[in-house]
Amino acid sequence: MDWSDQGIVLTRRHHGEAAAIVTLLTREHGRHAGLVRGGGGKRAAALYQSGNLLAARWRGRLSEHLGMFTTELVQSFAARALDDAVRLGGVSAACAILEATLPEREPHAGLFDATLALLHSIDSAPDAAAWGAEYVRWECICLGELGFGLDLESCAVTGERGDLAYVSPRTGRAVSSTAGTPYAERLFKLPGFFDGVTAPEPGAIAEGLRLTGHFLERHVLSPHGRRVPAARTRFVDRWRRSATISGNP
Amino acid sequence: MTGPEIETLIQLLAKLPGLGPRSARRAALDLLKKRETLLKPLAEALDLAAERIVTCTTCGNLDTIDPCSICAGAKRDVSQICVVEEVADLWAIERSAAFRGRYHVLGGVLSALDGVGPEDLSIARLVERASASEVKEIILAMNATVEGQTTAHYVTDRLAGTQVQVTRLAHGVPVGGELDYLDDGTLTAALRARRSV
Repeated sequence: MDWSDQGIVLTRRHHGEAAAIVTLLTREHGRHAGLVRGGGGKRAAALYQSGNLLAARWRGRLSEHLGMFTTELVQSFAARALDDAVRLGGVSAACAILEATLPEREPHAGLFDATLALLHSIDSAPDAAAWGAEYVRWECICLGELGFGLDLESCAVTGERGDLAYVSPRTGRAVSSTAGTPYAERLFKLPGFFDGVTAPEPGAIAEGLRLTGHFLERHVLSPHGRRVPAARTRFVDRWRRSATISGNP
Repeated sequence: MTGPEIETLIQLLAKLPGLGPRSARRAALDLLKKRETLLKPLAEALDLAAERIVTCTTCGNLDTIDPCSICAGAKRDVSQICVVEEVADLWAIERSAAFRGRYHVLGGVLSALDGVGPEDLSIARLVERASASEVKEIILAMNATVEGQTTAHYVTDRLAGTQVQVTRLAHGVPVGGELDYLDDGTLTAALRARRSV
């Protein structure tokens, strides 16, 4: 068995002294692990940082074997984010969520493309608000790929497509301002930037992270006895702090 | 083929970094051949190390005294603390002789994969040390990895309430590094950290 694909590094676990088991999110083969000879060494450390985009070749005698990766760096997203705590937090959180939630060897080409777009956005967006909204949308895509997509197209009560302001924490469906206001305390706020017109601001992104975090925990992680990855928790804490500092709690 | 004592020796040597079962067998054989000149002095040195070497309660360094000779050194600059991940990093900086301040060994980095959280690292002790009036600067010398820099950012946040200046090591082109062979991330970091000449 032999295939070549692009892969985003999710994790690297040391295996013995020199080797490593590297997990990649590949476009055609999903979340896929493989042994990398020499991957545990210091020279390979720069290559196998979470978030880096690699050109990978996997070889194994049988498809169900762990197999071996040989890789080449395509784009070093991790190194470009190292200096910025929020950008680095975003890269780490995205990789940790993919590692914690995706089943192995199940192709999710759409999610791979969305993740790559997110990494480009984190790398090149002029300010955190611009890519923060992208991050929240990416978590919605992630929920959708896992079968728990949010329905934010129309109001679950009235069916109207405009004036959407809330999301039900039980069904994940949008609720209009008119229908939802009496129950506002029990509903999530729908961040304004989901309409594609409103400019994202830190407070709305923090609200969006609360929304997606609830569904990730409730539908994806808790049923398997897992908790939200620490990297995401730290990232959300940092967002909340920056939102409070900028006057948007 | 061999007695249990030799087998135990080989098994223990094979646990050392850089040694596998075959190289451990060779090392054991060599030790046994050089019984007087190598085996016995080594056994004594190991015994002495196990008995006397302790972890410094101030900085986390390894030494025969507590506080360690760096923390107790009168010629050391008390206004600077260099934060490192492991004792090996402290030794590396000491070899360079470029830093004359004191150190703080965190004991690892934040790693969800390995289950290492902030409470597993010596961060609270660092904040305590940074609050001392004589400390003016904390230098973060973590590895330029995602986990190392995540830890550095976390430590920076924790130090926000103190009056110290927090700095970190520069990232960029290593000595002897050829631009053609550097990854784009390192080049980007080097360009961002450029300075006037």
